[in-house]
Amino acid sequence: MPAVEGRAHAKLEVPPPSRFADKAFEWLTLAMALAVVLLVILVGWQLARGSSAAIQKFGFHFLATSTWDPVAEQFGALPFIYGTVVSSLIALLIAVPLSIATAIYLTELAPLWIRQPLTSLIEMLAAIPSVILGLWGIFVMIPFLRDYPFPFLKKYLGWSGLFTGPIYGVSMLAGGIIIAIMILPIITSVSREILRSVPNLQREAAYALGATRWEVTRIAVLSYAKRGLFGAVILGLGRALGETMAVTMVIGNTPQIATSLFAPGYTLASVIANEFTEATTDLYLEALFEIGLVLFGITILANLIGQLLLRTLKTSSGTRGA
Amino acid sequence: MMALRHDNHSWRKIKSALASALSMLAAVLVIAPLGLVFFYLLQKGAGSVNWHFFTQLPKPVGEAGGGMANAIAGTGELLGIASLIGIPIGVLGGVYLAEYGSARSNWWLRFVADILNGVPSITWGVVVYGMVVLTFKSFSAYAGGLALGFMMIPLIMRTTEEVLLLVPNGYREASLALGISRWKTIVHIVMKTASKGIITGILLALARIAGETAPLLFTAFGNRFWNRNLAEPIAALPLQIFSYAISPYEDWHRQAWAGALVLVVGIFVINVLVRFLTRDRTVRIL
Repeated sequence: MPAVEGRAHAKLEVPPPSRFADKAFEWLTLAMALAVVLLVILVGWQLARGSSAAIQKFGFHFLATSTWDPVAEQFGALPFIYGTVVSSLIALLIAVPLSIATAIYLTELAPLWIRQPLTSLIEMLAAIPSVILGLWGIFVMIPFLRDYPFPFLKKYLGWSGLFTGPIYGVSMLAGGIIIAIMILPIITSVSREILRSVPNLQREAAYALGATRWEVTRIAVLSYAKRGLFGAVILGLGRALGETMAVTMVIGNTPQIATSLFAPGYTLASVIANEFTEATTDLYLEALFEIGLVLFGITILANLIGQLLLRTLKTSSGTRGA
Repeated sequence: MMALRHDNHSWRKIKSALASALSMLAAVLVIAPLGLVFFYLLQKGAGSVNWHFFTQLPKPVGEAGGGMANAIAGTGELLGIASLIGIPIGVLGGVYLAEYGSARSNWWLRFVADILNGVPSITWGVVVYGMVVLTFKSFSAYAGGLALGFMMIPLIMRTTEEVLLLVPNGYREASLALGISRWKTIVHIVMKTASKGIITGILLALARIAGETAPLLFTAFGNRFWNRNLAEPIAALPLQIFSYAISPYEDWHRQAWAGALVLVVGIFVINVLVRFLTRDRTVRIL
């Protein structure tokens, strides 16, 4: 008996756990978490450092001139900025209505049993690598567009000036369509999260007033979620601006500013992908780094706005719920 | 008056049904590309996936046959290097977010991690080119792995945080009450409980970067032979698919489809594995 008591007493004598190990572990995890901050700084710094001579030489003309002639060392990024903006806008025009309607279907209108399988299918679409979509674009989508929809558009909408000129298949429009496919899953899944976060009380109130299913969605859900859905669209835009492989494979890679969407175009991301390893002079490489800097700048901006819209929504709905 | 109200009501019902039908059509259009891509991958790729594809090197132009053995191995090696960078940093960073950080600092860290997730993948290629390739004057497997590893960090950090937060606080309290130190509680109790979820996050991150091409174009660069030294250029499946797809040769197109099929199947196998791992969880981490 006394021996047992002795042991119990001895156990209490065990020193408290080491404060040092605890602190060390906390600092270690903090250092790892700060890696994300360091990475953002690293990206900005590397891109700025890599393009410093080009920035000094060209100044703002880089963004405003449209001659891209590596042999003469004339570098203007305007055709790429134009191509990136136009192809992303086409993509948004196609993807936004489809994605938001799908998100509405998934959260409000679809029968319950179909929701989970459909969500899984959309996740699978998101998992298809860009390069594979590009491969499909080259060999399946481009020939199809060239033979059927493009001649049709030319015949009936050619007067608008957007659908004129020779049809090669590879074009700004094809680039926009392939980007649309790439950003469908992200806009759909973010919108779905937004719609799911709308409190059920909203819906019940509208139902109680005798609203139909669509009226509930339009009045109680969509008006509540407007801001978040806008955030989802902006996040999609961020993805569209930076999309690289699939676009590079179908947009035609010609630095020009053409009104017709049938004409080949070029994007910021594509010119980096195509010409980076061919950059023979220092200035050429610097110009490509500067294109990278421009691309980084606009995608960061889009993501910043998109994330802020989603976050402020979360806090405001939280207080409203309370 | 009565009739009018009745008409109005049925019109509202028709509108509601119309909205349902249109949104269903949208959903069908959204998943249509998935079906189309799969159909053509099988139709054009399945015939060329054979034993040689997995065991042989690419043949020179003009010679039929050959495979992508080096590219498959290369993708594996690149994912390995990326994991060495992405997993420890991502997981431990996630631990900080879930276990230590204050609400305010966490808001910022999450915000930055989400912004980082939106950085175009080609940007990582340019950055690592500047950091590694210019410094060592050579494309290398290390450079490619580093670019992919950077992309993994925010992905893993966010999923790790989410699953750690699912561990009930009672576990932590019980362990601390027994006099176990905080870091041991986190490693042996919290992380162990959430280990399936952490692994799920890692697998999802790997599936996400396995098909990345843009960050490898001027880091790993590609190689038509076996890589004997990680400080030299290395082949990768997505790179090989890209260079074959834009080549003018019929036989290479065939191989590109085969490579694409193998890559997609690999990625989907990981995704199914994830579903298997998370099947008994009430909360899906997706």
